Amino acid sequence: MYGLRKVEKYFPGVHALRRVDFHVNRGEIVGLVGENGAGKSTLMKVIYGAYQPDAGGIFIDDKEVRFQNPRQAMENGIGMVFQEQSLIPNLTVMENIFLGYERQFVNFGVINWNAFAEAAKKQLAKVKLDIDPATITSELSFAQRQLVDLAKVLTIEDRIEGDLVILLDEPTSVLAREEVELLFGLVRGLTKRASFIFVSHRIDEVLDLSDRIYVMKDGAIVDVVNHDEVNVDSIQHKMVGREIDTEYYREQKQKPYNASEVLLSFDNVSLGTRYKDISFELHPGEVLCLVGTEGSGREAILRTVFGLEAPDSGTVTIKNEQVWHFTAEGGVWRGVGYVPRERKIEGIVGGMNVYENMTLSQMQNFSRAGTLLESNEKAFAREWIERLGIKTPSENKDCGGLSGGNQQKVVLAKWRSGGSDIILLDHPTRGLDIGAKEDVYEMIREMCDAGVGILLVADTLEEAIGLSHTILVIKDGEFQKRFDGTPGSKPSLYDLLHHMI
Amino acid sequence: MTDSTMMLPSVSRLLSRERLVRWAPILVLGLLVLFFPFFEWLMDFLEGKGHAYLFDSRFFSIRNAARIGIAASPGLMVAVGVTFIILMGSIDLSMEGTVSVCAVLFAFVFLAWGATLASWAWLAVPLALVVGAAMGFVNGLVHIWLKIPSFMASLAMGFVGTGLALILTGGDRIRIEDELFRSLLTERIFNFPVMVYVAFFFLLVAWFIQSRTTLGRNFYAVGGGEELAHASGLNVERVRLMGFTLAGVFFAVGALLAVGRIGIAETATGNNFLFISITTVVVGGTALWGGIGGVWNTLVGVLIVNVINNGMIVIGLPAFFQDGVLGILVILAVALSVNRRSTSFVK
Repeated sequence: MYGLRKVEKYFPGVHALRRVDFHVNRGEIVGLVGENGAGKSTLMKVIYGAYQPDAGGIFIDDKEVRFQNPRQAMENGIGMVFQEQSLIPNLTVMENIFLGYERQFVNFGVINWNAFAEAAKKQLAKVKLDIDPATITSELSFAQRQLVDLAKVLTIEDRIEGDLVILLDEPTSVLAREEVELLFGLVRGLTKRASFIFVSHRIDEVLDLSDRIYVMKDGAIVDVVNHDEVNVDSIQHKMVGREIDTEYYREQKQKPYNASEVLLSFDNVSLGTRYKDISFELHPGEVLCLVGTEGSGREAILRTVFGLEAPDSGTVTIKNEQVWHFTAEGGVWRGVGYVPRERKIEGIVGGMNVYENMTLSQMQNFSRAGTLLESNEKAFAREWIERLGIKTPSENKDCGGLSGGNQQKVVLAKWRSGGSDIILLDHPTRGLDIGAKEDVYEMIREMCDAGVGILLVADTLEEAIGLSHTILVIKDGEFQKRFDGTPGSKPSLYDLLHHMI
Repeated sequence: MTDSTMMLPSVSRLLSRERLVRWAPILVLGLLVLFFPFFEWLMDFLEGKGHAYLFDSRFFSIRNAARIGIAASPGLMVAVGVTFIILMGSIDLSMEGTVSVCAVLFAFVFLAWGATLASWAWLAVPLALVVGAAMGFVNGLVHIWLKIPSFMASLAMGFVGTGLALILTGGDRIRIEDELFRSLLTERIFNFPVMVYVAFFFLLVAWFIQSRTTLGRNFYAVGGGEELAHASGLNVERVRLMGFTLAGVFFAVGALLAVGRIGIAETATGNNFLFISITTVVVGGTALWGGIGGVWNTLVGVLIVNVINNGMIVIGLPAFFQDGVLGILVILAVALSVNRRSTSFVK
């Protein structure tokens, strides 16, 4: 009844959706799986009206429709339960449920709170949630809020006649086992009234719940399987299957690391709910990659090494000295450099120019008694611009105006030039084009040759495998398995995926 | 998707916009300087007494420029102090209290230790600067330790200061009649009194701090990307604390010039500095969310505000007009600097 036919979507430089055919039958639960960046979220945005397809069409009961915005999609029976909950925490549950549709309870400008609460109670009953609709939303548990979010989406039911399609985006990612069961039971019960599209990176859950599963890769649907004929292995292969080019990741330049020395070691380190009992050692010249799904604790480990977060237990040792006080200042002093994922927020200061960004973490080297030696700074910046081939008209150029790849080089130059010998890379190639990615890979190899230890959270699994000497798989904050990444005996994508999800 | 193909057109559009925002204040200043003499000329012409446009202008004369300089100097110092804070993306509203306390304490100590700069009483000058620094430091501590937003912490500290000054003076005015100290106003070099040169000297000091010291660079880093500054190992809280302390020193310089100008220290010495200093910083083109602008912008802003004040008096507009005009000017300045396409909500 709801379907996409030959939908294409382009973004500058990216072909995000390729001839996607997708349909949902009445009362069906459809699963959608794929790696990060496979196009799942773009597809969902097209479905609920946030994006418009560049080619192809959306059909409801064989009639072509076009949504200009999510509200129009909603009026046609398509609702979305977001991963990041879309509830306003300081409003009451009922206000959230009817946000934007309060008019029905208003007489002459006065809200009829009784009718409001009554209607909200009815919605909450649909998701079997027995709470006072006047509760402030922030007082609910996460799982309860998830259900309120679902109840909110289900209000569409009363407003329109036809069929409903409800998208669930990673609804289980932070739920406990029994809460997941509860949610699934609920969703199954609601199929009498609505169809569901269920998106998750936990394949087992998708298999459990869905009647049919779409597998996406590189913006295209690569397979559709029915619940009864599902084979986990084949789905995983289809999600990732692509040729790995050893040249691309500079594997021929991967040299053995110096195992006799330890730069950094974690010994049974835990941090709240983020990660538990993590142990590893990082050696000079080693690329150690942390592999896991979003939220598995990879980033938190990097942030601990840099000093942005203090662990609850365990010992962190950097260059044979145990770390007691976790501050970013201390991290820099110990020779740790951090290249965060969000370049715009934590990577470069837009509005400051290239040389100012490069020396930001090491101003003491370019100042005497607090006075900056600007000519030294500039000469230094010119040297690194040349060494890394940064494309910028001059060292005085505002960093915000450089391309993503060149910004990333500035960030890397900042740490390398400062003498950091433990470099933390969080998605260093995210959003870069292929040429810029290869430059980053080249730099990683160079840094290893110079005896730098690199802790990497890669953008894709191929990248992780291609670049690493050692791979640690982490799932839900817990260590799963260690793989050796020496060229020739690198693990396969499937090996990793098997332990990740 | 930070693809270069997508970035380029928006960047070039941003550049021309940025250029406009950058040069608008000085353009406005230039226009104002030409506008007031024109208005004078027009009035005279209508009365049939035509005069040479700029040469015979009462506004456009050295004597009037000196008058503007005298009026602007104390405010310039206070505004320069708060410029550092605004560059960091914070705000400091404590200047009225700080100026009053510094002025009053200076006067007490000055009179007690000899009442002339030629005696040990000169020590009252550095003492005033230390008091200003201390008040700024406490201000910063309240903001950072208690995690109170800077506008609230500093506003409250400002009231504390005003109250303290009132307790100290008991409401009295303290006269400073030392010839040497008053030469700030009375002694003229090339038609301009000494206080104008003093203010200019401290402006140069501020410029040095802003552009040539790690502290100045850190102000921009914190204002331009606090997260990033933190992730680069900068001690952001220390930078903040030093910023507030430095601002306190400049408030104290402003207090000294204010006392030098009228020869009186009292609780009311600090009055009006709050509105004037924030206005001048903003009108000068320093962005309220930090990272953009600097002390030269503040100089232009101070001149704009004082030229308007002075010009309106010269052409005979009533004084109550001035605040209204300044208020509108602030709204225009901020409206011009906000990129409304990239900002969806403002709190």
